[in-house]
Amino acid sequence: MPDRIGGADVLAVEMLGITKRFGDFTANDRIDLDVRRGEVHALLGENGAGKSTLMNQLYGLYPPTSGDIFINGERVRLASPKMAIERGIGMVHQHFMLVQPFTVTENIILGLESTGAFGILDEARAYREVESLSDRYGLLVDSRARIQDISVAMQQRVEILKCLYRGADILILDEPTAVLTPQEIEYLGEIIRNLTSEGKTVIIITHKLHEIKSMADRCSVIRRGVKIGTVDVASHTEGELAEMMVGREVTFAVEKRPLQAGDPVLSVKDVCCVNNRGLPALKDLSFDVRRGEILAIAGVDGNGQSELIEVLTGLRAVESGSVTMLGSDITGFAPGARIEMGLAAIPEDRQKRGLVGPFTVAENLVLEERARPPFSTRGILDLGAIERHARSLIEHFDIRPPREKYLASSLSGGNQQKVILAREITRDPELLIASQPTRGLDVGAIEYVHKRLVQVRDDGKAVLLISLDLDETLDLADRIAVIYGGRIVAVLDREDADERKLGLLMAGGEAVHVQ
Amino acid sequence: MSSEKRSAFTSSPLFRTLFSVFTGLLVGAIVLLASGYSPAKAYQVIFDGIFSKPSYVSYTIIYATPLIMTGLSVAFAFKTGLFNIGAEGQFIMGALGAALAGAFISLPPVIHALVAAATGIALAAAWGGLAGYLKARFGVNEVIATIMLNWTALYLNNYIVTLPGIKRPAATATAFILDTARIEFLPLWKASEAGKLWRAGHPVWNDILRTPFNAGILAALLLAFVCWWLLNRTTLGYELRAVGHNSDCAEHVGIDVKSRMIYSMAIAGGLAGAAGALHVLGWTRQAAELAAMEGLGFDGIAVALIGNASPVGCVPAGLLFGALKYGGSKLQFALRAPIEVVNIVIGSIVFFVAMPALTRIVSRWARRTARGGGPHAG
Repeated sequence: MPDRIGGADVLAVEMLGITKRFGDFTANDRIDLDVRRGEVHALLGENGAGKSTLMNQLYGLYPPTSGDIFINGERVRLASPKMAIERGIGMVHQHFMLVQPFTVTENIILGLESTGAFGILDEARAYREVESLSDRYGLLVDSRARIQDISVAMQQRVEILKCLYRGADILILDEPTAVLTPQEIEYLGEIIRNLTSEGKTVIIITHKLHEIKSMADRCSVIRRGVKIGTVDVASHTEGELAEMMVGREVTFAVEKRPLQAGDPVLSVKDVCCVNNRGLPALKDLSFDVRRGEILAIAGVDGNGQSELIEVLTGLRAVESGSVTMLGSDITGFAPGARIEMGLAAIPEDRQKRGLVGPFTVAENLVLEERARPPFSTRGILDLGAIERHARSLIEHFDIRPPREKYLASSLSGGNQQKVILAREITRDPELLIASQPTRGLDVGAIEYVHKRLVQVRDDGKAVLLISLDLDETLDLADRIAVIYGGRIVAVLDREDADERKLGLLMAGGEAVHVQ
Repeated sequence: MSSEKRSAFTSSPLFRTLFSVFTGLLVGAIVLLASGYSPAKAYQVIFDGIFSKPSYVSYTIIYATPLIMTGLSVAFAFKTGLFNIGAEGQFIMGALGAALAGAFISLPPVIHALVAAATGIALAAAWGGLAGYLKARFGVNEVIATIMLNWTALYLNNYIVTLPGIKRPAATATAFILDTARIEFLPLWKASEAGKLWRAGHPVWNDILRTPFNAGILAALLLAFVCWWLLNRTTLGYELRAVGHNSDCAEHVGIDVKSRMIYSMAIAGGLAGAAGALHVLGWTRQAAELAAMEGLGFDGIAVALIGNASPVGCVPAGLLFGALKYGGSKLQFALRAPIEVVNIVIGSIVFFVAMPALTRIVSRWARRTARGGGPHAG
């Protein structure tokens, strides 16, 4: 095929017939993609649809099995990220690649250090260059700060700067908003607009619809490795985009039976504890969760949510106060004893606490029940029973791929979450603590997780939801407790709560104690 | 189809190990060549030194026996997320315990051997468990703790074996263990008149019986199986592996992480202790004052690495290591080549095993050639 040399309206990126196979698995199936110069192009798809795979090929991380890539009209073969960078492509991955003890500037110039005489690093020049780049795109990055001292959002901007410093014209952002707060997301949108107004082209990989609506010009939808279509964002609703992505109609509203709350299952009374640095994290914190209700803890990240979860699951000791479950004081109980009493928890960090990555799906599904019949008798495992259990849960919870012997680490985020959910729910707990249960999941999976949580509630169990996502909180909760500075500053019935009111309370605006 | 099978093989740990062994031998050959010896001749000497006589094979197995068990010790700890550098000290404690119980307790045969072995294993398990306790209780890194405990074991051993009443006259070692505690096959009969007569008529057996061939290897094989079974078929093993892979998650789901660390180190210690105990009961019959570490515990680290940290893998890895050590020792006589050449070969094998990136490149290359060069092979 001859190179296509075009004029000013030439495409920044054109991918033709891209197919990528891993063994007998086809991750991308004859995908065509065109990205116009200066636009924000969103790649939308469920977890594991093949978005990142497609972009990794554009970034030279691995070659397509077949198909062609054109950059600015010129056919290219990208055998490594280095070659992609030379072509003006930059990629910000979900997991940042920064050296923690280095300063922002040191990270940015790493590998491209400009040196003066005798190979001495020209630091002053490096700092100047980084600062001017940061100013030009409004990135507000402190060039002298150490990475370990700056927020995740700023680290992301450092990654963007890194790409720009290397001369990137086409920026690929892989799930850039997954780690950001609502305000930071808004700011990222601004940065992206600055980039395109300076002539850069931006590709965002995402599965969040409202971000596409607010940031992108056009959107290409990928479902199970196949491109469904490319549409102008402005002329499509979120619902239409969701339908294209999932392949069926998606209901955003959650159906619940009317509230029939019973006795408290969990009572937290005047709990105080310190965080890892020894500073007070929870201060006289109190609340109840009753049978048949979902109590949501709403709050801005870092107001004591993580410590609260750890106190409840037995991973963190309290300084004072008590935790009572089903009438017994469990304040000093170890995690195992609480599990015995019927406490189940979906941890906020599924990689860290939810799963054993190198264990199979089957092994992961019996983590709590490992020592009980039928999975274990007199200390000896019944592998057959463990596998049968896994097969039934895989079917029940639609875990994909449906293989009990696959390693948990090889599943997509959504399916990992399903494994955890399956494990915790099927134990038929009295109290389910769900922390960030849908973080990083796509709409289809979110819908599913929400349904399941509501089902636990409808079965007359108690559910404690701790979420940073206000929409989720409002969709699911029967009552909402707002946490601020380690205290519950208000407990509202769902009917009395709205986004504005909660937002104010979460920001510490109106500390009225309503019980 | 066949190329797929081949590529599955070239990316397997077994291929990685075989490739590393081959590369190690190659590097050894270059070293031999550079120091003026014929590699072909040298490897011929090593090969003959291992296989040309039944007694050589027997000695190879005797050499390999403790290595398999110290390898198991390191591999077991490794599977549970701990790095046991203390196999050396645990080996010493196992040997000391077995030597004392073998020499100073009177019991009927077999039972005496079992009790002596159990004493050594228990002592070594406590030694390993102590490192686990220090980690669980005070957060002391097990690498530091076990290194310290190696030296503590060495000097404790030297103190005890030279105590009056324990020390053998005119030797810096304990009294010999009683015959009832020996696990050498037929030690008395083979030296008796009847034994000598029988041996004269059976040259192969005669040759084997010239060596201290003993039941240790059976114990090593049994322990390899037990380790595999414990890790993969029991709830305890499941918990230990969960702690090893992700202790945060293990804690979250109610596994007592600290006690599991202690168990794991105690089991690892017991395995290295078994190596020491059976070494004494099967061969040396004494615990001697040590001027320096013998290195059988440290070699266990290399065995575990070559065996891909799997209990079953430790058996061939230990046999290979034992064979190289025993066969290599003959280079000195035959070629007057330094024993260090063999150490270089062993070192290279471990080096290449520990360099998975290289083997990945080789296996990718092998896959590519097997495919006959795909569209993006070049």
